[in-house]
Amino acid sequence: MTATLPTAGRTSPTEAAVPFEPVIIGFTCNWCSYRAADLAGTARIKYPPNVRLIRLMCSGRLDPAFVLKAFAAGADAVVMTGCWPEDCHYRVQNVKALRRFELLRRVLTDLGIEPARFQRVYASAAEGQQLADAFTRIVADVRALGPLDWRVDLADPAAAPDEPVDGHEPAGKPEAPTPPEPAEVTA
Amino acid sequence: MTAPARHRLAIYWAASCGGCDISILNLHEAILDLAERFEIVFWPAAMDVKYADVEAMPDGWIDLTLFSGGIRTDENAHLARLLRRTSRILVAFGSCATEGCIPGLANLRPIEDVVDVVLGQPTVVDADGTWPLMRLSVPEGELRLPALEPTLRTLDQVVAVDYRVPGCPPESERIAEVLGRLGAALDGREALPPSGAVLGAGDSTVCDECGRARSPKRIDRFARITELGSIDPERCLLEQGLPCNGPATREGCGAKCPAAGAPCIGCYGPAEGVVDFGGRLLSAFASVVDADDPAEIDRILDGLPDPVGQFYRFSLAGSLLRGGRRAAGPSVAAGEPELVAAGASLGAER
Repeated sequence: MTATLPTAGRTSPTEAAVPFEPVIIGFTCNWCSYRAADLAGTARIKYPPNVRLIRLMCSGRLDPAFVLKAFAAGADAVVMTGCWPEDCHYRVQNVKALRRFELLRRVLTDLGIEPARFQRVYASAAEGQQLADAFTRIVADVRALGPLDWRVDLADPAAAPDEPVDGHEPAGKPEAPTPPEPAEVTA
Repeated sequence: MTAPARHRLAIYWAASCGGCDISILNLHEAILDLAERFEIVFWPAAMDVKYADVEAMPDGWIDLTLFSGGIRTDENAHLARLLRRTSRILVAFGSCATEGCIPGLANLRPIEDVVDVVLGQPTVVDADGTWPLMRLSVPEGELRLPALEPTLRTLDQVVAVDYRVPGCPPESERIAEVLGRLGAALDGREALPPSGAVLGAGDSTVCDECGRARSPKRIDRFARITELGSIDPERCLLEQGLPCNGPATREGCGAKCPAAGAPCIGCYGPAEGVVDFGGRLLSAFASVVDADDPAEIDRILDGLPDPVGQFYRFSLAGSLLRGGRRAAGPSVAAGEPELVAAGASLGAER
């Protein structure tokens, strides 16, 4: 079963009384953007707490499946952060990450996920202020877009079949399935 | 020693094209072995057994069911549950049942759009705007059409599945292997494969069984097969710029398409360990794009005009995002109550 992200405080645009707090997953590179975030912390630079950071060794480690899984589990947006071109700790892996980002963004767009929900940010280890500014801007972008309102519930029992998987003897379900309700008669 | 008992076999098609059934028939002479070893108790494509007969079967009465097709209607869902109940071993058979296949691409759009394309925009003259009558009373009783579900689901999104056999369709030789293996297990001569196993295919990728020569790839353009003047018969198709889905696709077919000069389209589904077929494949493609500059990357990627169709042709319904944000949900049912099952949504029916 897919893990679900904390969604407390989330609401639909119709319930305007409670402000929408987007859940944003930010993937950071160990050598630059994670340290930029660290610097932002030690320098007491403020940015909205909506971005949850996950540290990777390199933006090149960002498997597209991580991004898809974040969206499937309820993220409203995903941010890929990494070293500036030419500055990669692993020479060129951030450029490979860029190519994957561009192609994945095309796929997500065709799946109905706006480009603003999947963004990339470059930040060196010295750019704590720039990273905080970028996160502030992205949170505002996503707040304006509203929740990623899946018309199907991807996180909940969707992942589980109607009947449990219990090995080769699924005899624990003796009752006959209820026949489907017939549709209403229409003239 | 007595001859081993014949095991009861059911073969069902839900939302499928029937190609999986044809692939079974393509066993040719080997189908006689099948008939010797198995007693076929239900096979709508080939014989007349009513649903009521299946409903009367005791739990677990059928030893083995090969279930092809996705779950598109409430009839499909009913049969999935019924065959789960009446079968000891339920096999998701073929691409539709395992990952949605081509019918799963309908999940890109709301179900109203699908209905509109099929019925609202007829390709014949239809001045009266004919619409299906979902129920009809006749002297013999009431006739009823199955209602559409908002999204197409894979079999394991509806009921627990014991094994998966990939392929669109599964190759006949692989089917013979699977029936031989499961038949031996039912005889008690062999252990059952581990629950959830993929049968009738290997673990690695089509590239590993492809005979074409590979070298480090750098792709400066993607092209359709008609845009290339000629195709090198020895060299990797992806290196020649043809979008070939081999790098993410499970081996098992014998790499027939690349051998014939056509790129792999991915019908054998994700290789072992791949979480999301499209994610893995786009990663493989993007890594070999020969450009560092965003504008140049964009130009090369423009050679893939339909990324979702390329990367999720067979696997959309079973993918992490199931088809995307525009897929239908409970909100649609109000629009087409007579065609769309009310209240049916992904995983919501109980």
